[in-house]
Amino acid sequence: MKCGVVVFPGSNCDHDVYHVWKHVLQQEATFLWHQDETLKDCDLVVLPGGFAYGDYLRAGALAALSPVMAAVKRHAAAGGLVLGICNGFQVLLEAGLLPGAMRRNASLRFECRDVWLRVERDDLPFTRGLRAGQLLRMPIAHAEGNYEDSPERLDALEAARLVAFRYTSPAGELDPAWNFNGAARAIAGICNPPGNVLGLMPHPERCAEEVLGNIDGLAILAAAAESLRSRPPLPPPREAAAPARLPATTAAAAALPAGR
Amino acid sequence: MASVRGAEPAVTEEVARAQGLTAEELDRLRSLLGRDPSYTELGITAALWSEHCSYKSSKVYLRELPTSGPHVLQGPGENAGVVDVGHGWVAVFKMESHNHPSFIEPYQGAATGVGGILRDIFTMGARPIACLDSLRFGEIDAPRMRFLIDGVVRGIGGYGNCVGIPTVGGETGFHRCYDGNILVNAFALGIARRDHIFKARASGAGNPILYAGSRTGRDGIHGATMASESFDAESEAKRPTVQVGDPFTEKVLLEACLEAMRGGAIVAIQDMGAAGLTSSTFEMAGRGGTGMVLDLDRVPLREPGLSPYEMMLSESQERMVLVVRRGHEEEVARTFRRWGLEVATIGEVTATGRAELRWHGETVADMPIAPLTEEAPVYRRPAAPPADLAARQAPPEVPQPADPRAALERLLSTPELGSKDWIWHQYDYSVRTSTVVGPGGDAAVLRLKGTAAGLALTSDVNPVYCALDPRTGGAQAVAEAVRNLACAGAEPVGLTDCLNFGNPENPEIAWQFREAVRGMAAACRALGVPVVSGNVSFYNETEGRSIHPTPTVAMVGLIPSLAGLPAAHFTAPGERIVLLGRDRGEHGGSAYLRLLHGIEQGRPPAVDLEAELRLARLLRRLVGRSLIATAHDLAEGGLAVALAEACFGRGLGAEVDLEGAGLAGADLFSETQARALVACRPEAVETVLREAEEAGVPAAEIGAVGGAALAVRSGGEAWAAPVGALRELWAGALPRALGL
Repeated sequence: MKCGVVVFPGSNCDHDVYHVWKHVLQQEATFLWHQDETLKDCDLVVLPGGFAYGDYLRAGALAALSPVMAAVKRHAAAGGLVLGICNGFQVLLEAGLLPGAMRRNASLRFECRDVWLRVERDDLPFTRGLRAGQLLRMPIAHAEGNYEDSPERLDALEAARLVAFRYTSPAGELDPAWNFNGAARAIAGICNPPGNVLGLMPHPERCAEEVLGNIDGLAILAAAAESLRSRPPLPPPREAAAPARLPATTAAAAALPAGR
Repeated sequence: MASVRGAEPAVTEEVARAQGLTAEELDRLRSLLGRDPSYTELGITAALWSEHCSYKSSKVYLRELPTSGPHVLQGPGENAGVVDVGHGWVAVFKMESHNHPSFIEPYQGAATGVGGILRDIFTMGARPIACLDSLRFGEIDAPRMRFLIDGVVRGIGGYGNCVGIPTVGGETGFHRCYDGNILVNAFALGIARRDHIFKARASGAGNPILYAGSRTGRDGIHGATMASESFDAESEAKRPTVQVGDPFTEKVLLEACLEAMRGGAIVAIQDMGAAGLTSSTFEMAGRGGTGMVLDLDRVPLREPGLSPYEMMLSESQERMVLVVRRGHEEEVARTFRRWGLEVATIGEVTATGRAELRWHGETVADMPIAPLTEEAPVYRRPAAPPADLAARQAPPEVPQPADPRAALERLLSTPELGSKDWIWHQYDYSVRTSTVVGPGGDAAVLRLKGTAAGLALTSDVNPVYCALDPRTGGAQAVAEAVRNLACAGAEPVGLTDCLNFGNPENPEIAWQFREAVRGMAAACRALGVPVVSGNVSFYNETEGRSIHPTPTVAMVGLIPSLAGLPAAHFTAPGERIVLLGRDRGEHGGSAYLRLLHGIEQGRPPAVDLEAELRLARLLRRLVGRSLIATAHDLAEGGLAVALAEACFGRGLGAEVDLEGAGLAGADLFSETQARALVACRPEAVETVLREAEEAGVPAAEIGAVGGAALAVRSGGEAWAAPVGALRELWAGALPRALGL
């Protein structure tokens, strides 16, 4: 099962995801460069954590316009698996693959700590093997993870059961003291309606090995591998009629509207 | 020499003095050149001979430090030290100060401190995997102090988090002596394959010199000379000498450099740090015994109109100089461009031994290199102990605590001994998935991926001890670092230091420096730890008031196997607590006297290097045999504080009886060295005690883990403090003091 880890110039969790997929799960892994226009036949695409192009603008705003994202959008539309972790989640929001937006953390500070997540969906390709209501301990490390949307859109998100993970207390209760970034409705991760695109702020790849004292995150990556193993292969990706050639330079990209 | 000199200020003694060169130094330069220097040549020399770059006041003493050992592959003199850590890997590390810029502009000062130390590591071909930060602030109520604390912490996080290097530990202290001069000491460690180390030695006449990274602007001009002066009321006007960092560019520069180095075309590489283009090019040629021609018209500029002087002295960040094998320029340049970075060929290596700088068709500097870099002035400054030394060291009156529990609560409520969680939760400490033990313990522990081994890192110094007796204080910093590493089962392989002192032209400061270095040297020899890199920061004073001598030590240790790694806190009820080492009731410079009674007097606790060595060996043996679940070193606040800290990790209480050990009253807080707490399963106690006896370390079983309180019986009294309440005092100490 081939995993492609997208490398934006400022990605810094790319090696971590690659390491878990390749050395812990013993699956095929490759890096995808931000200017690549194809995904090298990857079954799963991971948008890793980091600071894609420095994120001096809104986190992920420039990355959403990079050439590789056009290919990621086609992959997602064809039902391929896409996982956005931390900065990758921010990129998915900016690219319109998932709804909503991120604000600065309520503390207005970078927050790095272990949090508790309650599994809300156990029927996604990324959560099979988990049980709804189950708690996972996972590290967060971000300055912009305060998920926000309008009340109506949040209601719609809830109604469509697109919330995959929420921040809770160690007892599994919703508790503002355990929602460190202040996310609306304690949302830590969401998926798209078909469930093949998942974005979450916590870092499963940082808690996937015994030596690090916590393997709660391994379940998510292992579930993705298992889902890919047990499902029929995707049809070959449809080439977009005229793939929108995006400006190669970040300066030019910055001048474009965010597209949301 | 060219007519451009007409556009530059004339060089006079006054102009030289304004740049930090004495009349004698100007004369020395004149005789090296055989003529008067140009203004650009003067600026270059002032930077190279600044205290910051030349170590002219510290060199004679630094030579006393041991720098070799079985693991050392590169000692001081390169961008960073290199030690062999086995399995084909080497660790590359260094610590550096960014005190002056951080006091003037805390966010950018601290951020670029992190940026600079990271470049020192990847310049050597190593991928940075961890940072530590040793911070010293003034009292929180001092003017600007909350702003400084907030800015420094944000700056470190803002830079390190973006580059993606975990900040896994360090230390933070508060003392009035830093009110007007805070300390920001940044440490970074990288790893590389043993046969893949790069050095900054320019060689091969005809090889091109490449410039890569950010463009050169007017920021940071005179940074090196600023760092070699004291503060005064004018310091605010020096803000333009503080550089502005761009961590995203650092990140791509890191990746581009490591990728380019894999290609085999790079002969030498050096980052542009203090004194920018000047120190990078001159030091590379100086070390390589070569010369160079630089064409300054080709230096990428952020704005037009920079003079040669400004180009040579700018400290714009995120820039590199590379010497490349002739004919391979394009191949190297391609890598940098792929990462979105600018590259320019700005000159070539020559065999002349001279630096020839050309600009607008004229020669603006033509100087011999080696005499400037390798034969910079060296001073043995007059040194004398302070007149009031005897009074400072007079044994203090030690008030007994009316209520030891209340004394413990008050100590834990101070920012000094309280939790530093508020700081380190702003740092990404888990990126790169190597952090086995993050901030908050005795030593941080990283795994060495692909092996069973780990690296332990710690940074230590007690400035109050150093102020009372710099020799003992210097030795204590090394000894405590060894002890912290031993608590993780690590054998030290090397240390780097950041020696922060006042004005070395003051005989008292020169004496402090000499004594502290001698104390460190003695401890390094006795404990078998070589010094592989380091940095000296003088002139840490404001309006004549000097900081306490602060020789920060950062040490790296090797853990053969992470399998038996103990925690710094208690892990399971029922485990037995054993105290290693024997108290001698030492209170000079203790946290108890200083923080609760305002007394900073006496001789600091004696450092018995033999006892430290025995303790460290014992701890490593206990960890290696997986006999202990907990190991925690005794430091500031003594046994009482160490016990409380050990309870906090999992919120487990402990029942402790100190009647047998004879510890009571103020001695609960005594800071006698060479001590540690360990905890083990009941059936292992006998073995632990026997091992201690064989190792020659006094040991006593003093209690057991369990319950919800820290319950202590001593001196005929018994008291108990609920762990939850104690923890709350400790955890909230810093946010409360900051008014958050």
